[in-house]
Amino acid sequence: MMKIKTPKKGRVKRELDKRAPKLVETGKKTLILQGTKTSGTLNSVLSEIYHLKKGGAVRFTRKNDNIRPFESGGETSLEFFSLKTDCSIFVYGSHSKKRPNNLVIGRMYDHHVYDLVEVGVENFKSIESFTYDKKIAPRVGSKPFIAFVGEGFENVDELKHLKEVLLDLLRGKVVENINLAGLDRAYVCTAISSNKVYLTHCALRLKKSGTVVPRMELVEVGPSMDLVVRRHRLPNEGLRKEAMKTAKDQPKKKVKNVSSDAIQGTIGKIYIPDQKVGEMALPNKAKGVKRERREAKNKDANEHASKKQKEESE
Amino acid sequence: METENQNPFQLDVGNLLAFNPFHNFPSLPTSRDELVKECLQEGTKLVQAVADSLFNLPSTEDVDGPLVKLPPPTTKLPREKHLPKPKPPTKWEEFAKKKGIKKLKKDKVVWDEQTGAWKRRFGYDRVNDDKDIPIIEAKMTDEPGEDPFAKRQDDKKKRVEKQEKNRLQNLKQAAKLGALPSHVQLAATALPITGTQAPPKKVTKDELGNVAGMAATSTASGGKFDRKLPGEKPAKKQGKHRKFLPVVEGSGICSREKEQTENVLNKLISKHSHEILNVDKAVTMYNVKKEKKARNRKNQEGRSSSTSNKLKPKKQLHKKGAKKGPGSSKKGKA
Repeated sequence: MMKIKTPKKGRVKRELDKRAPKLVETGKKTLILQGTKTSGTLNSVLSEIYHLKKGGAVRFTRKNDNIRPFESGGETSLEFFSLKTDCSIFVYGSHSKKRPNNLVIGRMYDHHVYDLVEVGVENFKSIESFTYDKKIAPRVGSKPFIAFVGEGFENVDELKHLKEVLLDLLRGKVVENINLAGLDRAYVCTAISSNKVYLTHCALRLKKSGTVVPRMELVEVGPSMDLVVRRHRLPNEGLRKEAMKTAKDQPKKKVKNVSSDAIQGTIGKIYIPDQKVGEMALPNKAKGVKRERREAKNKDANEHASKKQKEESE
Repeated sequence: METENQNPFQLDVGNLLAFNPFHNFPSLPTSRDELVKECLQEGTKLVQAVADSLFNLPSTEDVDGPLVKLPPPTTKLPREKHLPKPKPPTKWEEFAKKKGIKKLKKDKVVWDEQTGAWKRRFGYDRVNDDKDIPIIEAKMTDEPGEDPFAKRQDDKKKRVEKQEKNRLQNLKQAAKLGALPSHVQLAATALPITGTQAPPKKVTKDELGNVAGMAATSTASGGKFDRKLPGEKPAKKQGKHRKFLPVVEGSGICSREKEQTENVLNKLISKHSHEILNVDKAVTMYNVKKEKKARNRKNQEGRSSSTSNKLKPKKQLHKKGAKKGPGSSKKGKA
């Protein structure tokens, strides 16, 4: 015996529909959490990453001792959190003697772990340590420019993987239209050596140049850190193939009330509600209207006067 | 589009991404500042390259600024959820396709002949409502005893149930293929193994507490030293609270044991006081009874006998019982 359960409120239905798998996907939400022990630098790293991704990130502040991303059994908690918060990227920070200031950046496919990259954070400079003109500070949620520099990203396997993961993490929402006035941030990742990457966040200053294209100027504002790649796990081939599948282009949606003709071209139909012209109120009181009122008043006055006379006479 | 872009960078305008695969640090710059400067320089070049192509795209004017339609991103990134599977056609849809039945567009309001107004097709105050029918003509096929209005309602109920069953079957089929709509969940209401139709009974908090208490008392130490879960309250005591006197008595006004025994004796005495004879009371009772009897006999001679006869036996019964008491005790004493 089965029972059909549907949500009773429309709001619940809309939330469930938001979490449902879609043909074309918009941005992924990020889950930021920490392990048993964290250091001061790691705490600030995690909170600043959360700040950078304010619109689409969830921050957990409690310690989770049963999460070990690289071990086979240690991912269940992560998958549970990912399911409940609907997050597909996670950033897990932990600190130990062997791996100081450790960050594990991972992605999920269908709320199961897809791939992982473990990096160590060195030479971290937080947002507060940068001085800059507050006017150019980037706004929350703006789409960033992302720049990767270095041949390491092409040649070294781990750096290639890191590049892909960083792109996914820093990208933000996937949009069709973008407002050119709202471009104000850029991430620069440089491959310093075969396992080190220098990541920094800059604000953009658009300067006038002769052409339509403004001249770009980068000013370091945000956190900057050195990422040392420690371990990484690539997804297995079958899972990768399935995750990379894209949907074929959807047929164009039919626009209502528009039809096209060979002779006349595109014809559109507009429906206007009935205009009741006689019942409309006139905006400017026309002189005629005023006169009518005056005459009506005079008539009344005359009638009154005549009535009085009649009474008097009677 | 005629002049080729000479830059060796890999651009992905849809993601606002630029990649320079040809740069390398032949020797790491000595100071951190220089490293940072060089990184920023390279970054600026890349961002400028992206901006070049971005600002040259056709833009539309908007309130906040120029709006540009981004090209689709070229770097392929893995999806976060699986591709949604298309819904399988329902049984009716398959049948309609086979027969070539097309969906007719229905209007929200329908003309009602009876009232002469436009009424809804369904809902409050609808067109063909069952309760609006005043008269149903009898047909030859009708049985004499049945109520046609009730029959109509029953038929409608059956139709609705059948539709619900069909809907459930369609959803089950969709769930089997993994294409259940996101807001629908199918929940099992009864265990399939038992085969009974009754749903499993929900256990209340009190019942659980009782069962836990029973399990605790059946242990060797009566459940006193069992490890408790955080938040679990100690077991409630069953039965009456028994208080025992201390073995050694402290200094006080009077001994508690004496008080206890006194209370017991008083209770005993007061319970059976009706057996112990109160002589004065017995004598007065006897005298009163005698006087009443004499009075009644006098009255009897004056009045009709039937009514007084009827009344008398009841009174005599009570007196008999009262008489028994002193009589028996007298015998005992004697």
